[in-house]
This record gives sequence, structure tokens and C-alpha cells, in this order.
Amino acid sequence: MKLPNSSAMPVSRRVFTIGAFSAVTAVALSACGGGDKTSSSAPATAQDLAAGGASTITMWVDAERSPALKDIAAKFKADTGIEVKLVIKDFAAVRDDFITQVPTGKGPDLIVGPHDWVGKFVQNGVIAPVELGDKASTFSATAIKAMTFNGSNYGVPYSVENIALLRNTALLPAAVTTFDEAVAAGQGVVDAGKAKYAFLVGLDPKQGDPYHLYPLQTSMGSAVFGLTPEGGYDPKNLVLGGPEGIAFAKKLVEWGDTGSKVLNSNITGDIAKEEFKNGKSPYFLTGPWNVPDLQKAGIKLAIDPLPTAGDKPAQPFVGVNGFFISAKSANALATTEFVTNYLTTEAAQDSMFATGGRPPALKASFEKASSDPIVAAFGKIGDNGVPMPAIPEMDAVWNDWGATELDLIKGKGDPATDWPKMAATIKSKIGA
Amino acid sequence: MTQVFQSTNDAGHVAPPASGRPPGRLARARDHGPDSIKGTLVKVVLLGLVDAFAVYVMMMLFLSESWAILAVAALVTLAINWIYLRKGGLPAKYLAPGVFFLIIFQVFVVLYSGYIAFTNYGDGHNSTKADAIAAIQTMAQKRVPDSPTFKTAVLKQDDELFLLFTAPDGAVSLGSSTEALAAVTDAGTDSTGKANSVPGYDTLNFAQVVANQDAILAISVPVSDDPAEGSLRTADGSTAYAFKPSMVYDAGTDTFTDVDTGATYTDNGEGAFANANGERLATGWKINVGFDNFVRAFTDPNLRAPLLSVVAWTFTFAIASVILTFSLGLFLAITFNRDDLRGKKVYRVLMILPYAFPAFLSGLVWSGILNPQFGWLNQTLLGGAEIGWLTDPVLAKISVLVVNLWLGFPYMFLVCTGALQSLPTELDEAARVDGAGAWRVFRSIKLPLLLVSIAPLLIASFAFNFNNFNVIYMLTGGGPRFEDTTRDIGSTDILITLVYKVAFGQGTGRDYGLASALAIVIFIIVATVSAVSFKQTKALEEVNR
Repeated sequence: MKLPNSSAMPVSRRVFTIGAFSAVTAVALSACGGGDKTSSSAPATAQDLAAGGASTITMWVDAERSPALKDIAAKFKADTGIEVKLVIKDFAAVRDDFITQVPTGKGPDLIVGPHDWVGKFVQNGVIAPVELGDKASTFSATAIKAMTFNGSNYGVPYSVENIALLRNTALLPAAVTTFDEAVAAGQGVVDAGKAKYAFLVGLDPKQGDPYHLYPLQTSMGSAVFGLTPEGGYDPKNLVLGGPEGIAFAKKLVEWGDTGSKVLNSNITGDIAKEEFKNGKSPYFLTGPWNVPDLQKAGIKLAIDPLPTAGDKPAQPFVGVNGFFISAKSANALATTEFVTNYLTTEAAQDSMFATGGRPPALKASFEKASSDPIVAAFGKIGDNGVPMPAIPEMDAVWNDWGATELDLIKGKGDPATDWPKMAATIKSKIGA
Repeated sequence: MTQVFQSTNDAGHVAPPASGRPPGRLARARDHGPDSIKGTLVKVVLLGLVDAFAVYVMMMLFLSESWAILAVAALVTLAINWIYLRKGGLPAKYLAPGVFFLIIFQVFVVLYSGYIAFTNYGDGHNSTKADAIAAIQTMAQKRVPDSPTFKTAVLKQDDELFLLFTAPDGAVSLGSSTEALAAVTDAGTDSTGKANSVPGYDTLNFAQVVANQDAILAISVPVSDDPAEGSLRTADGSTAYAFKPSMVYDAGTDTFTDVDTGATYTDNGEGAFANANGERLATGWKINVGFDNFVRAFTDPNLRAPLLSVVAWTFTFAIASVILTFSLGLFLAITFNRDDLRGKKVYRVLMILPYAFPAFLSGLVWSGILNPQFGWLNQTLLGGAEIGWLTDPVLAKISVLVVNLWLGFPYMFLVCTGALQSLPTELDEAARVDGAGAWRVFRSIKLPLLLVSIAPLLIASFAFNFNNFNVIYMLTGGGPRFEDTTRDIGSTDILITLVYKVAFGQGTGRDYGLASALAIVIFIIVATVSAVSFKQTKALEEVNR
């Protein structure tokens, strides 16, 4: 399951010892920790900054994103004399390390990550809200919505990511709107002997992949959680099991092994990508992360809106990456200054796009990036999307959701009973 | 993995020279013994390095005021010096480094897990109660809807800090934690229209603002007498917004009150604030919960139902893995141990290759090979048969065992080769002279001798496979799922993957407390099995004696 933004658990036996080792690390780190903060009343100089323990901001970032932040960090240092230390961390472990280390006071001031970490961060009390003020309107509405949790904004977004329908224009020159039309058009190409698959989407033979199938589900009017009056996801209102969901479940059986075989759980994300790259299918439902490789392979791509299976719009999950401030930052004011007044600038957001290639969250930077029609098309689809739920309750949903979809695709279940049963199971887990 | 590495080291003992004392030992002892100049010099230098490091660590601990750890560090340093500087006490000198690292890396970790098992540490219970209260208060600060953005400057008069606000309409006002908000008419402004100075007050530059940040972040200036209009606060020293709390904490009664609904949340004794309906505030704190986690591990109906089959499969998997890898490893070791075999070294290197790949990587690769439709096995070897190697409950178990065999036999091959080569060839010859066939020689002479040295490794291998997380998790993820439980537990789950999933992959968060409790249960099982088996091995040795 290719889920660059999901909090699907990193896999390691190490996790068991992390708790224990963090204590050991804390011992080691306490050796490096500095003295305590003193606030001097005399006019401050650079020395005062240092004496106040305020001469640096520490940011945890992964190796891929670190280069993009060098320039803006240098500018901040030139303006304020405060150094932004970029500490490179392993992306798979950084979320849990942050949660473990912030309470000890040894955590960083800032962390980079996807928005669906926010729920867990808030639950553990490790991040502080960030008030963006008027700057909020300079960002894409979806990005701000994603960063908002319990009515407060918790991060500065820099990229918005979602899936779209990729079409090989050499095989199919024209776009269609519904899933049935797409499959029919794809089947036409297959019947003409020019391709092997009518439609490709990466699933998983062991877990299914609700993330990639979600646009089809939303187009039939089914969602996971209902909304609170403020517009956030309401963990008490799991709407997944409703009649629209059951209708979608029936469709899964129709599309699956015992039906038209459009959805094939044996085709993993890697296999789908490989087959599409070899021109074996006109369609591939995937995200921007696969685009560079496909272009390199010489596939002429068009980005089509997500196909609909019902009469509602097909809304993908949107993943938003951003910067979050530690609740226990010893340098909170300077960190807030850096986050709200430097990382929100066009220069910073442009730089993040240039390095990472993810569509920028800042409208002005997105405009510039949209000179690439692929970025523009993905962005347009993202505007229509819904943020991936960041509420901690979402963790309990993925597993059962995926397993049930997988059973249905394989024709092993009865949609009318299995789908409500899945919803009931999830409800019992989250106490909704 | 550690167990395997340890066992690999143990493999060194498999081939004991057992040829008595070398004649020159006494003479050499005089050259390099503890009393020689060279020895003393080396000792002083090494001890000096250790002490220098210890002093550095202690200085740092002193600066960070970690007194307890400082005391422990000092005691350990003293003990090390005492052990190595005194005359005699040779065993202690050998044992000290090992014991030191054993305590840090094993005993401490086990004790810490033990401690965690009796707490509710996990998501939502991450820190102390004070931290939780602070976090809830911070998060409860909501910006007053539709309130304006104020440009802000920080001023100072007689050691008191003031905030100077410029409203969007240009109105300027001044206030502090103690002084109420008051309009200012004689403020100086910068080019953007932001007021930045008032006669009689000093304006702080950014460096000064940062140096006083704790005090500045604490300033909260009520907009008016009406609390609904909130209080002005700044987070960056240059802009301020009106915030009002949605929750108010009362330290006297230790309760939070929801400002809108009036509901009160009190400490519910389970590490969280809850209201009368039992609804909790998301952020809680870590408390000791006694045996709750253990009780939960054995009483949760969704856990209990599949637990029996998981335990059975764990033992099957561990025992079958040991038997299969040992049989194949031993067979290959014997085959390649023939003196007249050509290219022996090449074969041996090839044999060891699977051992050189990281297990989790092999797991992923095999998972691809076994894909029902596109996997190499079905497509190339079986001519397109769609066999669900990893999705059928029985086949998945077989697949896991086969892949683990592939991963594990090189280790057994290595240790068996070593052990076989250490067996005196005279025994073999003597038996043949007595008329024993090859099978008889193997069964009655070689195998029993081999088992004396290898049995401890087999026990270690059992313990390792009992917790062989990588293979299971990367290959099948524990699936296919059982039908009779709502938990994500499947036919190939062993205890350790079950613990992982129960503690981290389910429900609404990670639960270190429950994970530690289950880990301790596993530890007790493995320790018991190992202890019993080691006893058996001792008996084996005595029979041979």
C-alpha cells in the first residue's frame, strides 16, 4: 500500500525497546543538554541569545527535505542571529521519537511531517497551536482544513498531495468521466490487442488498499467519518457502514475476482507501476510520486479527474505536509517567528517544491508550479479532495476496512452483511 | 537478531582445542602478566581513558543537574577503578566489562519494560499530569472568531514588559500583565504604520525579545472587561491576536471546566480528566495501573479466543524451524565435509549467502516471489497456476516455514561444519573397523557428540525463532486473518507479532503498557523453556562423560 502520508505503522521490532532505549538515550543526551534558561533584563546581544539558550532552533527533518530548508535557515540566521539546526532523522521513526522525547525536554523545537500526525501529537500533548492570522488565506483551503484540529491550526503546510487518474495518451487520447466509461474505454484498448489491463490500481494481496479506492467510494456518497459543526471529522460519528457504503461494497464484488476482474488484489502498487510503465494499460490510479519514473520511461501522461462510480464527486484523501512546533520548545518565540514569518514565504515554499516535487500549499507558489500541467491537474483534483482524517480514531479504521474490501474483491464475502459487520467492529474499537 | 549473533560467537566454543595447557604458558605469563611494565602501562592508559570519559560525563551531568545519574556514574567509576587497581581479584577484572554492558543493555531494558508494564504509558498517556494540564490549557486557547490581527511591539519600563498593539484601523494601545489595555496617542510608528515606540519606554529589538521570551509569551492583556472578548497574546513578538480559553483549569479543585457547555472534567483516577458522562479529554498522563495490563491481556475476549491457536502455532513454528534448519544444515554440512569433494569452498560460500541478507529484506522479496498471480514461483515454475501461497491459512504456514528454512539453514550449516571438523577422525575409523555402516556411525557416534556442543545453540535458535518477528511480519503480516475475532490476528501470527499488532496496530493508539506486559509474558515462556532445555542438555553431557 503506497501511502506516503498515512500513519500506517512503521514496522519494526525495535519499537518494543524504544521506550527503554529512550531512557538510556536520555541519560546520554542529558550529557549534551545545556544549562537552563535565564532571562536577562539588560539589553540583549548575540551573547544574550546564547546565554538564554536561545541561539538555536532544532528542527527534525528527513534527508530528502533537509536541503530545501538550508536557504531559508541561512536567511533567518542572517536576520536574527539564530541558527536553525537541521537534524536529519529517519522518517519511519521520527513521529514516535518526537512523541517520546518532547516530554523529556530533549525533543526538537520543530518537526516536519504529514498532517495526519496531528491527532496523535495533540492526544499526547506534544505540539502547540500556531495562529496564522491573515496568512491562512494565502494557503490552499484544503491545506488549512487539514492542519486544523479541534478548531485550532496546528501547522504551517507546505505541500498538498493526492491521487489522480493517469492516462497513457498513446493508448487512449480522450478523457472520460465515469469509472464505467473508463473501464469500457480501457477494455476497448485491451480488445484491440494494444494493452493487457483495462484499468490498473495498486492493491495489496494481504491488506487491500482503501486509500486508493476511496475516490470511488466517495463518488457513491460514502465516507468514513461524519463532520462536526466546525467542519472537522467527528470520531463519534462513523458513517462508513451506511447504505451508501453497502452499495459501494456490492460494487467491489462486481469489480472483483468473481465479477469483471477490473480490481485485482494480486496487483501490488509496484506491479501496477511496472505494467503501466511498459504500456500494458491505458489507466493507472496513483499519486504524483510515481509520475517522475513514468515520464522517465517515456510514457505520455495525461492527468484525468478521478472517475466516478456514483453521482457524487470523486473525492480523494488529501495528504498535507507541514511544520509543527513542539509544545515544550525552549525557544518557542523564535521558533514561531521562523515558522509563521519565514516558512510561509514564497521563497521557502518554492524551495520545498523544487526539492520535493510535491505541489505547494502556498497559493502563490502553486501558481508558479502550475506552469507544469501535471502539477496543475493534480492540484485541481486536490481542491476537490478531503483531508485524510487526522483524528487518532482513524488508526482503528484502516485494518478492518482494508481486510473487508479485500475479501469483497476476492468474492469471499457478502457485502450486505460483511460491510455493516466491519463498521460495527470499528465502532467497538473506537467506542463510537 | 542478537541471539543469533551471540550464538555465532558461541560457535567459537564448538571446536575446543582441548589439548591441555600449552607448555609456554607460564613463561609468557611473566612477560605479559599484570606485573610486567608493559602490562601496567597498558592498564594505566586504558583506565586513564575510561576515567577521562567518566569525568567528562559526570561534568555534563553536574551541569544538567541530574544528581541521581551523577551519583550512579560516580559509583560505577569508583568500582571500575577499584577492580583494576587492586592486586588480585582476577575474575572480577575479566567479568567487569561484560557485567557492566549486561546491566546497561539487558538488565536495565528488562527492568524498564517491567516498570512500563505496570503503567498505562502509551498514546494519550505520554507524560506527567503537570504536562497534560499545561498541554490542555495551551490547546484550549482559541482565537476569538473574527477578531482582528494586531501588529505588536515589545516595550519595557522599569523592568516591566509591555506590549504595544496597533489595530488594523491604526488605533494604538498599550498593556501588560498587570496594566490594563489603554489607548496611546503619542506613539512613534515605522514605515508600515506599526507603532513601535512610546516616550518613556524602551523598545526591545528581536534579540532582546528572544532573550525575554518566556516573560513575553506569558503576557496576556484582556481586551476589555468582558471575558468573551478574550485576551491579547503574542506568540512571535510581532503579531498578537485575541485568544480566549475554551477550557479553564481550577488548581484548587483540580478540574477543567468547559467554558461553553459548563461541563466539569475531573481526574478520573485512570490518568485522564473525564466528565460525569465518562467523556475524557484526549490528553492524559502516565500513572501506575498495577496488574491491569496483565489482567487485560488474559481477559480481553477478542484476544483470548485466538490466543490459544497463536500460542500453538508459535511453538510449532519455533520447533519446526529449529528441526528443519538443523536437519538441512547438518545434512549439507556432512555432504560438504567429504575430503574428496572438489570446489568445497565455493559451495560453502554459496550456502552461506541467504544468511548474509537482512531477514526483513528477504521477507519482502519472498513475499513478491509468492504473489499468487505475478510471483515468480507460480508464474515461472508452476506455469501460471494461481496458488495463494500467502493467503491460504495452511499454505501460508508452510510458506513461512519454508522461507524461514531458507533463511536459517546457513547458520546451522556453519555451526555443524565447525562441530563436525572438531570431531576426531579416529572415532570414525575405529567404528568402521568395528564394522559399523555410515548411518550407524552417524547416528551412534557423530550425532550424540555433535549434540553436546550444538544443543545449546538449538535452544538459542528456538528462543530466536520464538520471537522471529521479521519473517512473519514481512512475509504474511500474520495473515490470513482469523474469522472469529475482531482483532487483526491471523493464522501465521506468532506471539511477538500478536503483541506488536495488539499494542501498536490496533484501536486508537500505541499502548506501551500492554505491550510490555505481553512481552514479559513471552519472556517468562521463553525463559522457562530454555531453562528446562538447558537442564536436559546437562544430562546429555553427563551421559557422554
